Amino acid sequence: MRGLMEKGPILEVEKLNIRFNTPVGVVHAVRDVSFAMGREKLAIVGESGSGKSQTGRAILGLTPGKVTAEKLAFHGQTLIGLSEQQWRTIRGKRIAMVMQDPKYSLNPVMTIGEQLLEAAREIKEGAAARQHALGMLAAVRIRDPERVFRAWPHELSGGMGQRAMIAMMLMAEPELLIADEPTSALDVTVRLQVLAILDDLVKTRHMGLIFISHDLNLVRTFCDRVLVMYAGQVLEKLTASELAEARHPYTRGLLACPPEIDQRRARLPVLQRDPSWMEPVRP
Amino acid sequence: MTEIVTESAAQPMIEIRDLSISFGQGADRVDAVKNVSFTVAPGESYGLVGESGSGKSTILRALAGLNPFWSGHMAIAGQKLAAKRPRALRRLVQMVFQDPYGSLHPKHTVDHILSEPLAIHGVEDVETRVRAALDRVGLGPEFRFRYPHQLSGGQRQRVAIARALILEPKVVLLDEPTSALDVSIQAEVLNLLTDLRQQLGLTYVLVSHDLGVVAHMCARLSIMRTGEVVETASADDLSEGRLLHAYSRQLLIASRGYDPAAIAAFGDF
Ligand SMILES: Nc1ncnc2c1ncn2[C@@H]1O[C@H](COP(=O)(O)OP(=O)(O)OP(=O)(O)O)[C@@H](O)[C@H]1O
Ligand SMILES: Nc1ncnc2c1ncn2[C@@H]1O[C@H](COP(=O)(O)OP(=O)(O)OP(=O)(O)O)[C@@H](O)[C@H]1O
Ligand SMILES: [Mg+2]
Ligand SMILES: [Mg+2]
Repeated sequence: MRGLMEKGPILEVEKLNIRFNTPVGVVHAVRDVSFAMGREKLAIVGESGSGKSQTGRAILGLTPGKVTAEKLAFHGQTLIGLSEQQWRTIRGKRIAMVMQDPKYSLNPVMTIGEQLLEAAREIKEGAAARQHALGMLAAVRIRDPERVFRAWPHELSGGMGQRAMIAMMLMAEPELLIADEPTSALDVTVRLQVLAILDDLVKTRHMGLIFISHDLNLVRTFCDRVLVMYAGQVLEKLTASELAEARHPYTRGLLACPPEIDQRRARLPVLQRDPSWMEPVRP
Repeated sequence: MTEIVTESAAQPMIEIRDLSISFGQGADRVDAVKNVSFTVAPGESYGLVGESGSGKSTILRALAGLNPFWSGHMAIAGQKLAAKRPRALRRLVQMVFQDPYGSLHPKHTVDHILSEPLAIHGVEDVETRVRAALDRVGLGPEFRFRYPHQLSGGQRQRVAIARALILEPKVVLLDEPTSALDVSIQAEVLNLLTDLRQQLGLTYVLVSHDLGVVAHMCARLSIMRTGEVVETASADDLSEGRLLHAYSRQLLIASRGYDPAAIAAFGDF
């Protein structure tokens, strides 16, 4: 993994905390999360509600919660306390995010083509921009780019909407991409082809990728490193290829739950949570 | 030996023959489903897998009566389906949707969501049925007056399943029922679906991209690509890698995880 941090890390996060004020008290959703990353594929895994999306959104200043951090820096420049003006040069341009729910992230009253062009306007114009956008739809394996370019979001299948979102992100060519469950609605073949595009961006254009996922088998084979989150904390940091040998009972539990094609069982195991997993993790 | 087969044993619960569905016109025409046929026995769980955009959700929507524009032959419990269907027939088939966020009305309580189908079908005993429906999916009475945003993803999907079951259907159509859930909650929901099928004698059609989920839940499955069924297989065929069509075999390889060499060899069939 030599060279990942050359020219310094892309992103540094130290003691990130996110709290929500709710009618029933404060929800401490992200607790003392710290990590640094270079031009690599970093996975965040963990059960639902463990804080993965809020961590990703905090990096872009998009969480509705109250964020505190000792450090939150992109190429050494702090992301804390930026003005909306400063965010405009970063968000969707230098740092992009593919949101968990494509149906909510696509604008229902704009065609897919209009939304793609909007994502790229500053790069190219007119017919050239249109060709570029069609090329991106083809790159994410959309079978009929011309039709999908003209289509409205409700006319697409679940997986087509998700790929339209990824095409939009490709239009922007970010330096850091935060992808929140970006391929959960895709068939496994197209999923891998889309991941190959992201892999290529990391390797040839030195993009950093934060890959949020429930799919531990995919993360094990696709990513470089893995952060395992539980109840807002990072419980373990692992090299992705060693994920299957993880020791923590929570990580082992997550690995055991999914049904497997070649080992069929009558019933699936579910997580047996241990109160000790809630205790603060020593670095 | 004389071959006397009772009518109910011989009669499939779901019969689909030469089903075709298209959308749009001219350059925007899509033949979303092309001559698809399969049958599902009473109490069986049948899988549909395949390419994104290959027509899986479109088939389920037509079976559920949500899209009247189809051609071919479809029957449920021996009753032929037409564009307009009698109320009693509509009750027999219910659907759980791909998207647990979008499928529950955000401004309705769980109680409202569950009692609405009862009101539409003029069913009595609303109170008892709503309580029983929640109980069946393992949600306590404390969930009854919550709104969807006050539920976790797994709880929301339980409400969607409770709603599908409240009219006591025979057939439940499950469109990616767990793809938005984490692996532990997925295990919970799949265990629940297995129990309910046994207890209530339900027939399922399950759409999933996860071949592990399909092998776990279904005895047989169809593999789809561009609106067509390319292959029909058993769960054992899947587990033992006995798939015939090159596209099906590619899906199986892709299920093993990320492998650049394998991806470079993928064909476009
Ligand atoms: N607006 C909010 N108000 C109060 N609590 C919130 C709010 N948004 C999120 N949370 C809480 O923050 C925690 C972390 O949520 P987050 O969305 O990061 O989970 P996640 O790990 O992405 O889960 P999933 O896998 O289900 O997407 C959860 O317990 C959630 O209930
Ligand atoms: N209302 C509609 N108007 C126009 N085209 C539609 C409509 N609904 C579906 N389609 C088209 O029909 C095709 C099949 O869509 P469908 O949603 O059935 O796919 P799917 O197999 O469920 O895919 P996924 O796995 O991505 O959910 C797609 O090309 C889609 O664009
Ligand atoms: Mg999330
Ligand atoms: Mg679908």
